[in-house]
Amino acid sequence: MTNKEQYKIQQEPFYQQQTNEVALYEAAYRNRLPVMVKGPTGCGKSRFVEYMAWKLGKPLITVACNEDMTASDLVGRYLLDEGGTRWLDGPLTTAARIGAICYLDEIVEARQDTTVVIHPLTDHRRTLPLDKKGEQIHAHPDFQLVISYNPGYQTLMKDLKQSTKQRFTAFDFDYPDAALETEIVAKETGLDAEIVAKLVKIGNAARNLKGHGLDEGISTRLLVYAATLIKDHVAPRDACRMALVRPITDDADIRETLDHAIDATFA
Amino acid sequence: MTETKQLDPAMAAYWQKLDTRFPQAEAVFADCMAEALASLTTEGVDAYLEAASAIGKLGRGVEPLLAFMEEWPSTAVAVGEAALPAVMDTIRVMQKSPNGRAIDPFIRALAPVARCLQSAEQLQEYLEITLDLMARTTGSIHGHHTTFPSPGLPDFLAQAPNLLRQLTLGGLKNWADYGVRNYHTHPERQKDFFSLQSADSRAVLQRERHGTLLVDVERKLDVYLRALWQDSEHLVPYSTAFDEIRKPIPYYDKLGIRLPDVLDDSDGVRGIDRYRAILAHIVGHRRWSEAQIADNWSPFQRMAVEFFEDCRVDTLLIREYPGMRRLFLALHPNPEEAACDPQTTSCLRHRLAMLSRALLDPDHGYLDADLNDFVARFHTLMTQEITTTEDIAQLALSYVARTRRQSDQLAKVYFDNTVIEYRDDNRQLWKFIEAGDEEEAFDEQRKIEPQEIQGLPPRHYAEWDYHSQSYRPDWVSVYEALHPSGNAADIDRLLQKHAALAKQLKRMLDALKPQDKVRIRYQEEGSELDLDVAIRSLIDYKSGALPDPRINMSHRTNGRSIAVMLLLDLSESLNEKVAGGEQTILELSQEAVSLLAWAIDKLGDPFAIAGFHSNTRHEVRYQHIKGYSEHWNDEVKARLAKMEAGYSTRMGAAMRHAAHYLSAQKADKKLMLILTDGKPSDVDTHDERLLIEDARQAVKELDQQGIFPYCISLDANLKAGDDDYVRHIFGQQYTIIDHIERLPERLPQLFISLTR
Repeated sequence: MTNKEQYKIQQEPFYQQQTNEVALYEAAYRNRLPVMVKGPTGCGKSRFVEYMAWKLGKPLITVACNEDMTASDLVGRYLLDEGGTRWLDGPLTTAARIGAICYLDEIVEARQDTTVVIHPLTDHRRTLPLDKKGEQIHAHPDFQLVISYNPGYQTLMKDLKQSTKQRFTAFDFDYPDAALETEIVAKETGLDAEIVAKLVKIGNAARNLKGHGLDEGISTRLLVYAATLIKDHVAPRDACRMALVRPITDDADIRETLDHAIDATFA
Repeated sequence: MTETKQLDPAMAAYWQKLDTRFPQAEAVFADCMAEALASLTTEGVDAYLEAASAIGKLGRGVEPLLAFMEEWPSTAVAVGEAALPAVMDTIRVMQKSPNGRAIDPFIRALAPVARCLQSAEQLQEYLEITLDLMARTTGSIHGHHTTFPSPGLPDFLAQAPNLLRQLTLGGLKNWADYGVRNYHTHPERQKDFFSLQSADSRAVLQRERHGTLLVDVERKLDVYLRALWQDSEHLVPYSTAFDEIRKPIPYYDKLGIRLPDVLDDSDGVRGIDRYRAILAHIVGHRRWSEAQIADNWSPFQRMAVEFFEDCRVDTLLIREYPGMRRLFLALHPNPEEAACDPQTTSCLRHRLAMLSRALLDPDHGYLDADLNDFVARFHTLMTQEITTTEDIAQLALSYVARTRRQSDQLAKVYFDNTVIEYRDDNRQLWKFIEAGDEEEAFDEQRKIEPQEIQGLPPRHYAEWDYHSQSYRPDWVSVYEALHPSGNAADIDRLLQKHAALAKQLKRMLDALKPQDKVRIRYQEEGSELDLDVAIRSLIDYKSGALPDPRINMSHRTNGRSIAVMLLLDLSESLNEKVAGGEQTILELSQEAVSLLAWAIDKLGDPFAIAGFHSNTRHEVRYQHIKGYSEHWNDEVKARLAKMEAGYSTRMGAAMRHAAHYLSAQKADKKLMLILTDGKPSDVDTHDERLLIEDARQAVKELDQQGIFPYCISLDANLKAGDDDYVRHIFGQQYTIIDHIERLPERLPQLFISLTR
């Protein structure tokens, strides 16, 4: 039997509620409804799922999806043994067996034929047929499926099928407003709120450029990085350049403008 | 000389030395000498008189002498007395050439030029530029040995001070070079150029100016507005080059934010940061200022309100981004407290500039009690959560009431150090209930007759000048129009005629390989082992089942991403009949293009067709036959059927214009096919290499834009080894069709082999 404890979240992750998403999630979990979390990169999707798993005291199995992932990477496959062959459960199967929350991160990165295997788990059946093994798994009562995706860089090729979308309840995440974001970054890093407010200001300046040369603004995650660097006695300007500006753009005009924003903010 | 005899003996000796009999010289002699004695050494004074005497004897009247006597002392102060021999040499050279008339403007320009240059070495360079210009523009008409004076030189000299205020010496040299090169055979245009009348003269001047050009930083500023201020507005440049007396001030209105076209670095602030300061200030007004009714306030009151409101806006901006304070203070004048004497001068501007400084700068150090009182009141006001223009106007009015002085009415106004450059003219701050009597009615409604639009306005393109290795800005005007239509059935008939060829082409098209890579799994033979499948097969094998032998994977390509632009030369020479044939080159081209268009349409690649011909640089016609969004339908065929030839071949401009459309296409590969029958040429260009070099440059530009140009030359007269110019323009990317009769067959084949 798989060790359930290893998937448990041991420490409370820091999560600052934006509205009432915690209560809503709890309601969804009570009724074992599948959940989809949407939002731009680094706005706290994964942290939210982690926090909820901790709050509900359930194990969490995370799968980072990618283009080369096949259905058997999720469900499981036979492996070779000295004695012959051995079946190895994939993460989805494990989660269904032990009653964990299965979190498929960036689901659109997986190929569409792959994502179809989750369908029987997400409706009233709550089963997972393992056709190769000839087994039908009935999901553990605690099992829940959570997926996340970033509609920001959605292209024609990377969209969820309607049949997949319509099996989930959804949360729409975005970067929190300035005051809340300041609080989040300050709590996460322990940095002085006054400096954090300036970081947030620069972050918002960059977010204004989304679609005007930037695909994605500065994420809360990057703000946390910058704050961490400053906490470690890096000069604020250097930390901002390194953590906020250089990662997100190669466009000289935008880089210079954001550098100017840094200079204008840190007088 | 009765008067001079009354002068003291020293002056009389100087007058002797000057040795002139012009009465006008006598009138100014005493003043000039006083200035000379004050600023020149003893030897300098001697040399000054000697030179003046020589100039007086040139036989050019009194003007040069007077000019020299007046100008030299201040020139010598700026660049040193030692520059005199070089100046005299220049004058002598002018005297010996037919350009004697230019001596007077030369001397008159000397002092202001020297003030711009500030060193003898620089002045020497300026003299060389002048002499070089003179030598190259002084001409003799072919055949006659009459030498004419340089038409542009006097104008050049008259403009020199103005030019040097905006250009470095290098820039001046380039500007003058350009004029000499392009207009040395055309006296009238030369004059226009050197007196800054012609458009390209101004354009070249603009290019050579020092400082940060708005066009270069426009995107940065746009991004700046969006990122920092969540604002966006059209940025409109106004020229600062030609308004010497009234410098325009930035402002904004319905049509956009008006900014100077160029800003130099100043006070350690980069040009771009000066633009940013202006924009930030204007954004501040747009955010926080509300128009006030101006009618009941005096001009002084309004001025005070403007200063206070500007400071309120700046304070709010600084609150948003504390770093702005450093920028604003660097650009803000810092007037000395005692600089203005209220007894003799109107100090209003001085007081307000000091106040403005003090409101922004905590370390202003001014002692005036009223000023400090109002600074405190301002800061108290600004501690409120929300302040309005009205609040600040009240404060401004009480400031005016408190500090008003009788002398504010004086005509002599203290201006030094009171202009705050990054601020706009505040025209949005005021609304008038009645048209005032002191305002100029610039808001008056002008009735503009709507004009009938005749086609699209021209687009201007630069042309490469290989002599100077530089672009001539906005040299060629390209007019764009839809090609007139004919009968589409003609084209269908042509296609019918080549039905056999079409069938052959279709087979080739089917075999064309797509470009994108896709992985294929489950292959018995392939380029890579597919590990998943391999393990599965091994498991099947070990567990006794029949293993799947298809354990490899390979790649294939899928989909094409090629955008094509077919550019047709429609010049006069296409009307010639093919040697030994009945058809003209035009008709054959028509057939070939029809077949090619049909073939590309079958392939599904996005493609466009356009034709061009030119009638001097002022009229390059670019005619759309098919656009990217159009299908190969009757409308397109009708335009193709009407294809006509005439005029000349200015290839570079047409290629640049076509590239403008092609580069907007989203495709991995972009191909520009140019179908032409001869070398680039035009009636207004005598140097045939010029347009060839320009086309070559255009090809280089295309390469940089990721466009692959390919020339199909129909030049029937080309003999072996005579195709140099095609190779020179296109490198290896060309084909010459020898048997033009076979063009319809060769063109699609060529395309297919190019994109295979």
